Amino acid sequence: MSRRNSRPLSLHIPEPPSRPGDEADFSHFEIPAAGVVARPDTAVAASEIRDMVHTLVRVLDDDGRAVGPWDPKLDADTLRQALRAMMLTRAFDERMYRQQRQGKTSFYMKCTGEEAVACAAAMAIDSDDMCFPTYRQQGLLVTRGYSMVDMMCQIYSNERDPLKGRQLPIMYSSKAAGFFSISGNLGTQVPQAVGWAMASAYSEDTRIAAAWTGEGATAEGDFHYAMTFATVYRAPVIINVVNNQWAISSYSGIAGGDEATFAARAIGYGMAGLRVDGNDFLAVYAATRWAAERARTNQGPTLIEHFTYRAEGHSTSDDPARYRPSEEAKRWPLGDPIERLKQHLVAIGEWDDERHAALGKELVEQGKAAGREAESYGTLSGENVVQADSMFEDVFKEVPWHLVEQRDQAEAERQAWHK
Amino acid sequence: MRNSTQKLSYLQAIVEAQREEMRRDERVILMGEDIAVYGAQSLFDEFDHSRLRNVPISENSFTGVGVGAALTGLRPIVDLTIASFVYLASDQIINQAAKLRFMTGGQLKVPIVVRTSTFYNNRTAAQHADRPYPLFMNIPGLKVVAPATASDAKGLLKAAIRDDDPVIMFEDINLWGKKEEVPVDVDFLVPIGKADIKRAGSDATIVSVAGCLLPALAAAELLAREGIDVEVVDLRTIAPMDKETILASVAKTGRLVIADNSHKVGSVASEIAAVVSEEGFESLRKPIQRVATPSVHIPYNQALERQLYPTKERIVAAVRAIL
Ligand SMILES: Cc1ncc(C[n+]2csc(CCOP(=O)(O)OP(=O)(O)O)c2C)c(N)n1
Ligand SMILES: [Mg+2]
Repeated sequence: MSRRNSRPLSLHIPEPPSRPGDEADFSHFEIPAAGVVARPDTAVAASEIRDMVHTLVRVLDDDGRAVGPWDPKLDADTLRQALRAMMLTRAFDERMYRQQRQGKTSFYMKCTGEEAVACAAAMAIDSDDMCFPTYRQQGLLVTRGYSMVDMMCQIYSNERDPLKGRQLPIMYSSKAAGFFSISGNLGTQVPQAVGWAMASAYSEDTRIAAAWTGEGATAEGDFHYAMTFATVYRAPVIINVVNNQWAISSYSGIAGGDEATFAARAIGYGMAGLRVDGNDFLAVYAATRWAAERARTNQGPTLIEHFTYRAEGHSTSDDPARYRPSEEAKRWPLGDPIERLKQHLVAIGEWDDERHAALGKELVEQGKAAGREAESYGTLSGENVVQADSMFEDVFKEVPWHLVEQRDQAEAERQAWHK
Repeated sequence: MRNSTQKLSYLQAIVEAQREEMRRDERVILMGEDIAVYGAQSLFDEFDHSRLRNVPISENSFTGVGVGAALTGLRPIVDLTIASFVYLASDQIINQAAKLRFMTGGQLKVPIVVRTSTFYNNRTAAQHADRPYPLFMNIPGLKVVAPATASDAKGLLKAAIRDDDPVIMFEDINLWGKKEEVPVDVDFLVPIGKADIKRAGSDATIVSVAGCLLPALAAAELLAREGIDVEVVDLRTIAPMDKETILASVAKTGRLVIADNSHKVGSVASEIAAVVSEEGFESLRKPIQRVATPSVHIPYNQALERQLYPTKERIVAAVRAIL
């Protein structure tokens, strides 16, 4: 076997289309007009709708009109409720981001520009359906009416922190709200959501599960294992991939987004896949409804790619100016989810600038009031501390002898220092 | 040149170690998440990008990619950032990298270096604050190093890169900014498997594991003021452990305190204590003391977290208890 004539091999190294100092460039995106994508029947076989993964379900057009077969035809009250949920999520983010800058907590993560992804989903599924989110779906809790004060107390790690000072700020969990614990290690929630959904079916329950993952974390094995299980057992689950273009400093091409869409991952597994305009509340809502309907009628799982943009830094520890053009967020071709829904409400004569401004003010006040209450229980910079030896609890159901010993020793040491 | 030094932080020393080895040997490559912006920016400025990979978020995959590359003779450095991410890559590390030489009857070698940092005492909570050295010292075929100074970080990392077996290096983010004079000689290596006496003494021995060197030295300072002369042995390599240096020190002092920030049950301290009680029992005048982290998960709240790790006060108390 002679190889004398073969040329040396070489590697492809993906590079984002633009870097700091360059013009932001989104010209390579193919964005179909709103309303042009057909809406298949929810009983359709996954194999019949493979083309859905290469397009983009869009409902709101450039003039704020809802067009096409995916229009969920929500009434004006529901639309206003949606607008409020997204605006409240943003107001909460802005407030907590400022509190972090003032040292009242050590860490915060915003979801600016991605509010529709979580808020529309929360409105499209039932309140007792189970959510397995990442750190960027605070909109689920906000929309489900979870206490803002409790969220803040968790962030402040104060004496009212529902998680007893154990978890990183924003890594909420609430059994009552159907909001699973956010994992610090990416991707683990996706197979768990599938397992929850399989168990729901096994127990002849009617509830479904939904998982979220960033596009970056789809590179984790867990995502792919989950896809296999979800299709093999036709689990009643919705797997949401939030493609916000960035995974900290890595653009989506590092996760394989240049070669195929993230929705296209569904095809290889034989799963139904949709790709939606993630900044279009109505499109996200309609797609989630479609997927939930399939799950509830035992048609199996759906993968939804939400095509969106992370408008701000990854977290308070990140500086996007180091890796992307500073005006990239402004150039994002799919706009802002709040502005777009507002435009729609105005276009149908159900909203105006005054009411919008008044609502904005009301939500800021709501945040302030919640903030005052939460801070009365302490912030990170303050004195209030959770019970000193509480970390010896909840390691096991019952505290075993060796932890009793270690707790007593720690207590003795504490006493000795304070003497 | 041979004896000259340069003031570097622990983190800079690690970058310099990689730079020097990449210059010296083009088989050295580096992979990790976000490293082009966070961690290895200056290396991206210097070296051909085919040697530096900003990889997909897939720890077991890129560690496996590193193993595959190592089989061809490359010397991959895999940056797993946070110590608890090593769990995700542990199938490739434990079942593959560490076992391949053995399973192939010695045909294969896997000269891979896995770098990772322990993020404890920094409000990173239960899933990011692990110090899992003892789990990995239990793996045959894997060398485990945990430097506590800039010079040791540089010398051990360079030795790890040149080593023909897989090495995992635990770095300590609490030391990242600590500066000292670091040898500039490109062949400066710290031998894997050698502990270092960071302070000589005769009344008691403190063996410090990884970042516990600092509280151990501070404890020795405090005790010195009371006329108690403590020897501090910095373990540096966790596996294979330098039992000779430890046993020699205990033979001299007769008293042993081990400071280890891993969880107490099954800790590195436990292994040291076992070795000394098996082989140095005669020299011990008092029971061995382990100052470690209680076997609970790490809470976010700093007031809680701070109480958990070995401090100079806890180490002093342990030494006093056996005087
Ligand atoms: C297993 C694991 N690897 C790496 C990280 C570090 N990390 C945290 S968030 C993140 C980026 C995730 O990006 P993406 O999935 O796109 O979600 P996004 O932040 O954009 O919402 C990384 C690499 C982690 N937390 N867990
Ligand atoms: Mg992302």
